[in-house]
Amino acid sequence: MMRFNLRIVCTASLVLALALFPVILEGQSFYIGVLSRAMILSIAALSLNLILGYGNMISFGHAAYIGIGAYTVGIFAYYEIYDGFIQWPVGLAVSAAVALIFGAISLRTKGVYFIMITLALTQMLYFLGVSVDEYGADDGLVIDIRSEFGGYVDLENRVTLYYTIFVILLATIAGMHRLINSRFGMVIRGSRSNEARMRALGYPVDRYKLTAFVIAGVICGLAGLLLGNYTNFVNPDMMHWTRSGELIFMVVLGGMGSVFGPVFGAIAFLLLEEFLSDLTVHWQIIFGPFLILVVLFARGGIDSLLGRGGRGHD
Amino acid sequence: MTEPLLRVTDLTKAFGGLIAIDHLSLDIAAGEIHAVIGPNGAGKTTFIAQLSGALRSDSGTIRFDGVDITNFPIARRARHGLARSFQITSIFRDFSVEDNVALAIQAHAGHSFRFWRAARSDPALRRPAREALERIGLVERRNVLAGALAHGEQRQLELAMALATKPSLLLLDEPAAGMGATETSAMVTLLAGLKGDVAILLVEHDMDTVFALADRISVLVGGRAMATGTPAQIRDDPAVRQAYLGEEA
Repeated sequence: MMRFNLRIVCTASLVLALALFPVILEGQSFYIGVLSRAMILSIAALSLNLILGYGNMISFGHAAYIGIGAYTVGIFAYYEIYDGFIQWPVGLAVSAAVALIFGAISLRTKGVYFIMITLALTQMLYFLGVSVDEYGADDGLVIDIRSEFGGYVDLENRVTLYYTIFVILLATIAGMHRLINSRFGMVIRGSRSNEARMRALGYPVDRYKLTAFVIAGVICGLAGLLLGNYTNFVNPDMMHWTRSGELIFMVVLGGMGSVFGPVFGAIAFLLLEEFLSDLTVHWQIIFGPFLILVVLFARGGIDSLLGRGGRGHD
Repeated sequence: MTEPLLRVTDLTKAFGGLIAIDHLSLDIAAGEIHAVIGPNGAGKTTFIAQLSGALRSDSGTIRFDGVDITNFPIARRARHGLARSFQITSIFRDFSVEDNVALAIQAHAGHSFRFWRAARSDPALRRPAREALERIGLVERRNVLAGALAHGEQRQLELAMALATKPSLLLLDEPAAGMGATETSAMVTLLAGLKGDVAILLVEHDMDTVFALADRISVLVGGRAMATGTPAQIRDDPAVRQAYLGEEA
């Protein structure tokens, strides 16, 4: 009971802290920026967790959808179309379409092959970004004006942008919680537990996995739309395979297969990155072993340190 | 004459040069318990795999419930009413016992593209799950993780899951494998209670179980059915005695 409460306390304090930071840190735009980025990557990590943690689909190409979202904002801005009511639906639709194609191809394989194919497909997008000179190639595009929502929400204001991200993050967490516990969620988790059994019970498992893959892609595309807006900038690096790797780190660090885990993971990842890179430019020398220790000794990630009871994967 | 529930005609499966199932034909009537026995390597497990859809057949047809299911994938066969248990226990180990059965029920309660309502508090899934567990005698253990059950209980759970899908034919591959004497006799009682409700194709090594349960028995040798008949006929068949039962007597 004590440990159960610890998790609720930590989760609630984190949410409360995120809600209050702009008020407390008024003027300290640097930290507001770090946390904005952390929340955006939390959304991306939450989406990856749906397929990685609950569905056991180890996608090593999830950054593709961040790139798609960010490039949507960038390319529209390049043509001086700033209307978010156009940009965002298009960004989400393209994410869904790409996830559908990538998923349909990669879900034909399993295990290491699945990892390699998702990696390869995303690298194709990366090289596409690098090679299209019109959209800045290696250098990417500057997003001079953020998405406009007809005067309702002004994303040019850092604090407004912060709270927009915050609200979308909360909605994503709540939606993920519903999804994971719905009939659909049970099918995805059942497939992770014993796929052969699911088929024998009569589930067309592949269709459900593909649907989960697309949902994850769309949510991550949303994170990409936010990231493009936040950074005012997009380049192919956002889709580089190391970015996909970082998203996996966040999920593993936070705790696979727990709804809130990826949020802990993403925030811890970014804070560690900031803190360690202040100490030394070779911060990854410290970060790498740290991650290994987490995998070895706290297999459920940060979430498991807060106590997860005997049920597992809930 | 009406068509039997399952009609297998000239089914063949070869692995390279080895012919595992050799032009096998076999009928199963609705509600009957039909045992398939035979020495190791006779093709029993291959046959089950072909029926469930896990293995493609080289030739021959499988008609089930009036439909040619020869080319149906596993999941589609299951939705048509063909359930199976595995020779090696296959359950969702990290799910609770009740979750296991609820998943089986959900598989046959329409599609699962339902993204919002909580499945664990859905009475349409939980109530029949509870009933299935009561029938099988596991209701007390419903909140235990399936992986933590004793071996015999896991076999019971597997059967509960198969039954929860309300199949018309149940493929049981050695349901009593690895069970102790008490557990086995409980399983036999359970299966006997199903007689008439659901047809069962039973692959089993233990002859006492087979003769206690089966309405008809087919003897599989070298991928062919060398004899099919009632337990009494099979027991008295001289060729069977020589080829198979004789080894045990």
